[in-house]
Parts: sequence; C-alpha cells; structure tokens
Amino acid sequence: MSFESAIARLGGTSLSVGSMEACSIAKGETLADTIRVVSGYADAIVIRHPKEGAARLAAQFATVPVINAGDGAGQHPSQTLLDLYTIRQSMKLDGIHIALVGDLRYGRTAHSLASALSLYDARLHTISPKGLELPASLQAELAEKGMQITEHDSVKDVVADVDVIYVTRIQRERFPDSASYFNVASSYRITPELLSPAKKHAIVLHPLPRVDEIDPRVDTLPHAKYFEQSKNGVPVRMAMLLQVMQ
Amino acid sequence: MKRADTAVGTDNEGLLVRRIQNGTVIDHIAAGEALNVVKILGITGTTTEALSIATNVHSGQMGKKDIVKLSNRELSKEEVDRIALISPHATINIIRNYKVCEKKGVEIPDVIEGLVRCPNPGCITNTNEPIRSRFIVTAKGLRCTYCDWIIGRDITSYII
Ligand SMILES: [Zn+2]
Repeated sequence: MSFESAIARLGGTSLSVGSMEACSIAKGETLADTIRVVSGYADAIVIRHPKEGAARLAAQFATVPVINAGDGAGQHPSQTLLDLYTIRQSMKLDGIHIALVGDLRYGRTAHSLASALSLYDARLHTISPKGLELPASLQAELAEKGMQITEHDSVKDVVADVDVIYVTRIQRERFPDSASYFNVASSYRITPELLSPAKKHAIVLHPLPRVDEIDPRVDTLPHAKYFEQSKNGVPVRMAMLLQVMQ
Repeated sequence: MKRADTAVGTDNEGLLVRRIQNGTVIDHIAAGEALNVVKILGITGTTTEALSIATNVHSGQMGKKDIVKLSNRELSKEEVDRIALISPHATINIIRNYKVCEKKGVEIPDVIEGLVRCPNPGCITNTNEPIRSRFIVTAKGLRCTYCDWIIGRDITSYII
C-alpha cells in the first residue's frame, strides 16, 4: 500500500498486481510473460512475489525499471531502506549497536537490515526464541564482512547498551500450540518497565503490523519510532521510484 | 610419435580403454567420478559418441584415477571447464589421427548456466519460467544468482 501511496503522491497512477493475477497468472502464464506484458503498460514495475529470485527474473525480462518489494523469504530492500532512513533520523548509522528481537530465522526484514548494517560497522545483538535464531549461513556471511554478532537470552541483558531495538513478529504458526506461543511471545514483549534502563536516545522499531510484541503503553514513550518508521515508507519509496525513473 | 593413450598405465588397461583415432581423452579424473563427468557432459545412452570409461586405474600421481575416452568429439572450452567442478585436476587430450594434438587442464568457470539445479524449493528457477539456472562460482561453493542459495558440497547430486 505504501508504494501505491508513493506513486499517487508523485502524481502517477498504479495498476494493481492483484488484478493482473486474476487475469493472467491464474491462467498459468509465466512471470516472464506477465512482466513482458506489463512492461508495455507501465513506466516501472514494483514486484512482490512468493518465489525467491522473482525480482531478478522480472528485471531480466522487463524493459522498464523493476523494484523488488519482497520476494519470498529473500530480500526486502525497500523495507531496509526505510529502516535505515528511520534510524538515521535519530542517529548516525556508523557503529551503532542494534538488538534484533523476535523471529530472526524467517523474518526477512531482519535479514536484509542486518546485511545492510554490515556496511556501517554496526554491532549486532540477537535475541530470539530457540529454533528461530538468525540462520547460521547468514551469521557466517555477516561475520565474514567483519560484523560482530552476540547472542543474548533476553532483551533485559542488552537494553541499557543498545541504540536500536528492532522487534519482529513471532508468528503463532511456528509453535505447536497456542500455549507455547503465548509463553514465548510474552517473554519477548517490549514494555515500558523493560525499557526503563534504555539509553535516552535509544529507539524501538518494528516493521508492523505488530501483534503482542510491543506493549501499547510503549507507544507514548520517546523511544517508540515504529509509526514514524511506517510513515517513512512513503517518502523512501517515492525516492526509490524517482531514482529508477531518472 | 606420441601415443594417444599414454594416459593408460599398463597394457592390460590398454585393452579396457582402446586408443582412439579422433576425439577426446579426459585423464586424471578423480577416482570414481568418471560417470559424473559423463553426466556433466550430457552424454546419455541416446547420444551417438562412442564412449569408453575406465575407473580406478592405477596412477603414479594420484593413486587411482578414472579415464574417459570419447570418439569423434572434441570438447569445447565450456564443456571442459564444467568438469573442473567435480574433478579440478583432470586433463584433456584432444586426439586427431591417433595423436595428441592439444593437451589442456581444466579451469573452474566463473559462472555456470543450466547445469545445476538450485536446491532451494522456493527459488524461481524451480518453476516453469523460461530461464536456465545460473550460479556464480565462489570460494564457498556455487551461489544461485536468483535466490543467493549456496551449494557448498555434493555438487554432483544437483546436476540436472
Ligand atoms: Zn536459487
């Protein structure tokens, strides 16, 4: 939706992929064909697709610029750009300490952000339920880029030391039953009490929508930047569109 | 005259793998990999090349090695380099009229297209899209250029 908003604010109009789906993908048309057809209809293509690498395929067949709005469990670059932008509104990106909290195994926004922050000499602190840790392959890749990664048992252990607390959703379907989900989810919940030792300038981010990960009482604290982050999605996506059109 | 089948150590083995008049001898293949070399070259029962394979041949250098001889076919550079993926020490002898005309080593290519299947079930290359798989060869293995999945070992089991 924020891409649609960005396009509208730039004075453009958008054709929805949803309707494309109904008329062609459903008939078994390949993505390559869809992209070739849509290339004739639009000045740029924004693609979100369940298969990894779909955006690269699209870029190969398109005659107009392609923006990846998320492909499968792969990259989520537009979210990462707006995350970086939101952090930079509060502090310099260089050398920050950031805590990634929640489902770090399947949470692609966390993967993309971690990769991007490896360019800024950031220190990574990970806090995740058992079985939902940052994938070992990604950890190895980040370590190779010189990133320091420390695993912690709870947010409490690092809350006083970090500049950014990046919270991701823990999905219920990752757990065998709702009781174990609630147990885990509540132990990772961000509350005003938990944040009381935080640095004054520390910020809390979340790619939204949230479920129970952040107590609503946090919303009024100066640390809460997740609605700001969500709002930043529009100007950042406007900038991306302008960039590819030039 | 240099004999074309110098690759083969003894006369007994020479019976197994006869000299060829024209074609290619792939020597110094890692022992046990000959069939994979044939697979990687796309030679199946339905192709027309005369093919002989010797496995676990004694070799002074390597202990044991495999040899593949292909009649009436000279391998291209691209085909030869594919072999490097599974047997980096292989040597290629191009034979013309029983003579070794060219002898070359194999070089691991930078990019491999259409040869290996991406192990990631969620990868766009494992759909009916009109694209070939594409991997970049890195120190850690083959990296899918579509989904970034890395095949670190056991490359042969992903050969298409
Ligand atoms: Zn792939």
